[in-house]
Amino acid sequence: MNDTPKQSWWQRLSGGLQRTSSSIATAISDLVSKRKLDAATIEELEELLIRADLGVDTAARIAAAIAAGRYDKQVSDTEAKAILASEVEKVLIPVAKPLAIDASAKPFVILVVGVNGSGKTTTIGKLAARFRREGRTVVLAAGDTFRAAAIDQLKIWGQRTGATVIAREQGSDAASLVFEALTAARSSAADVLIVDTAGRLQNKTELMSELEKVVRVMKKVEPQAPHAVLLVLDATVGQNALSQAAEFTRIAGVTGLVMTKLDGTARGGILVALAARHKLPVHFIGVGEGVEDLAPFAARDFANAIAGIEA
Amino acid sequence: MFDSLSERLGGILDRLTGRGALSEADVDAALREVRRALLEADVALDVARTFTEQVKTNAVGVALIKSVKPGQMVVKLVHDQLIETLGSNADPIDLNAPAPVGIMMVGLQGSGKTTTTAKIARRLTEQGKRKVLMASLDTRRPAAMEQLAVLGQQVGVDTLPIVAGQMPPQIARRALEAGRLGGYDVVMFDTAGRTTLDDEMMAEAASVKQAAGPHEVLLVADALTGQDAVNLARSFDQRVGLTGIVLTRIDGDGRGGAALSMRAVTGKPIKLMGTGEKLNALEDFHPSRIADRILGMGDIVSLVEKAAATIDAEKAARVAEKMRKGAFDLADLRDQLVQMQNMGGIGGLVGMLPGVAKMKNQIANAGLDEKILKRQMAIIDSMTPKERRNPDVLKASRKRRIAEGSGTRPEDINRLLKMHRGMADMMKAMASQKRGPMAGLAQMMGFGGGMPSPEEMQKLAAKMPGGSPPGMPGGGQGLPPKMPGMPSSLPPNFPGTLPGLSPKMPGLGGFPGLGKKK
Repeated sequence: MNDTPKQSWWQRLSGGLQRTSSSIATAISDLVSKRKLDAATIEELEELLIRADLGVDTAARIAAAIAAGRYDKQVSDTEAKAILASEVEKVLIPVAKPLAIDASAKPFVILVVGVNGSGKTTTIGKLAARFRREGRTVVLAAGDTFRAAAIDQLKIWGQRTGATVIAREQGSDAASLVFEALTAARSSAADVLIVDTAGRLQNKTELMSELEKVVRVMKKVEPQAPHAVLLVLDATVGQNALSQAAEFTRIAGVTGLVMTKLDGTARGGILVALAARHKLPVHFIGVGEGVEDLAPFAARDFANAIAGIEA
Repeated sequence: MFDSLSERLGGILDRLTGRGALSEADVDAALREVRRALLEADVALDVARTFTEQVKTNAVGVALIKSVKPGQMVVKLVHDQLIETLGSNADPIDLNAPAPVGIMMVGLQGSGKTTTTAKIARRLTEQGKRKVLMASLDTRRPAAMEQLAVLGQQVGVDTLPIVAGQMPPQIARRALEAGRLGGYDVVMFDTAGRTTLDDEMMAEAASVKQAAGPHEVLLVADALTGQDAVNLARSFDQRVGLTGIVLTRIDGDGRGGAALSMRAVTGKPIKLMGTGEKLNALEDFHPSRIADRILGMGDIVSLVEKAAATIDAEKAARVAEKMRKGAFDLADLRDQLVQMQNMGGIGGLVGMLPGVAKMKNQIANAGLDEKILKRQMAIIDSMTPKERRNPDVLKASRKRRIAEGSGTRPEDINRLLKMHRGMADMMKAMASQKRGPMAGLAQMMGFGGGMPSPEEMQKLAAKMPGGSPPGMPGGGQGLPPKMPGMPSSLPPNFPGTLPGLSPKMPGLGGFPGLGKKK
């Protein structure tokens, strides 16, 4: 990352998280400037974190960390923010890892999974644009053969980014399409193959075993594939994200997370809970609808944004 | 989706049930747990707080001194409060306006607006016999308009021809005009979502609303939404003005707190819920039933209603007649299987029964659902008409042929035959009691006698671990006799479709396919 794009994504993210941060920060400063850190205050602090989707457990832990050694003391607004940010950051640092593309794998296969409507196809478009900017050749496999028009949507992304799209008609078998796409990407020695999949709820056994099959079939062509499995999560999702991460990891071996729609939502706190629970790397966050609005995840920035600290 | 919440509340309240008296400390402890469960279920903090406070206010002083089991009392109070928060009666889509009636769909990107639009259109066409026109106003997302067109073809509903380059309000006016000229009863407007609650989207939605003058403005919201659900519902309600909410993805394993939150902050009814990917997976939202479900009391009324809608009344009458004569053959069994599949398969059925949330998950985990029904149907399909009418002719060589034809094994066929025999016997027995099928049903459902206790139900559930199946009690006896306390208020004027229901219930039993392999 160089500085210029970072600045712009930072602005976008802080713009995006503004409501989270301003609501939390305002509430915190209201709290601590009025009162000292007693049990009631700490409980309210905890509730504020719950309100940001951090989850009951994570919120309790962070509230406890804020209280530790400061119980019954007057704590200033700035201090409280810094403590909040550093506690959140502590949880996030281990998971903030970029998505490393192994250039020796031709193609490097990225499987993209998630529940319906989480933003998989759009994320794939953004990823394709990113890889194309980096000068890589990209093949997209339209593996969402279920949703009406998903294939068209991916084709449009292919045109926009100059990626090859391998597609069949709606309703055809996803696994065999993936087989074809992987074979094609391999023979053309493409750098990256991104495989779209139909959205599925993680408690649907049949759909999950279909996903399992996609992975199995991939391994027939290339035992190392998929090299990366990205779970796409919607920022507005609540505690169910924990179950999504667990199930998709069990079935498809998720290697990293992408959180979409962080632009402007008051939430995203579920990432902190996810980091605490599943320790899955967070690669990217989607902070806008433009092709370029996919930013690498940075723990400190995210933590600061949640706590409402200006860069 | 409410299973997790109901399990949770069940666990908390079970500890209270059976104790002699309920102290204020007990109430507090229970309500703390209730509140925590609500928060983990993504119920918005303020809503959860109001909820528990309200329960406490009601709890303190009142009937707690009386000799009712204290746990039951708390259950009742929580239950009442859930109903109050969710709204107390069902509120369907209102079409009471001059045609074409406009229905506008709003919501965030990925909430399921387009699919829900098609589902509602299908429902209005098939159940309401309305002529519906759908128009996509989504000029932003790539291929969104094509998606609606494709869905329109699938459900057999007209869509407004796509004209490139028009703005949403223009399209809305064009749709309205087309609706008027084409003699449509309903025009549906599928608006563009945004990834976030931004002003542009709200302004666009407001301008569409102005151009289209819709009678209903429905917010489509994901049941998996977190704490943000309150902001979502509140913003749309303030900026655009909602008439109702459609909750999607209710078939996920989320706990559905969003339903409570959105209803509480907007006061707008949740009118429908999306229960699956299939285009018929849309159900009325009945607040009181959902509250029952949250508390693990099952959704018997839903089950009955779904049965009534799915079952072909004539066929059902014919089957009932055959039952009475004791001539229920394999072709009839196949009809029953088809109807069961239409009702959402075994999982869908079981999920609506009380106290079986766990079992439902196990069934889903074992992947039993559709597969078994399909396999059983394949077996029957591989038989000759003669074999279907008279299963007694089935000897080893015929079974081998059928097994090959249906891709199963002779054991599977034996299991199917055993199930059929069990059902036929039971039906004969019922018929010989010289009572109408209604009485039979009542008995099967546990009215008559021997209502099993919840403990029995739990034992049953405990017997169902994914690996060692058959629990679903053996042979043709089936689930029904084990059903716990049916609400004593089954609609008295329960329609003529009833006979069809009874054979269905035994169909649940047995699960021949379940046998030893798994």
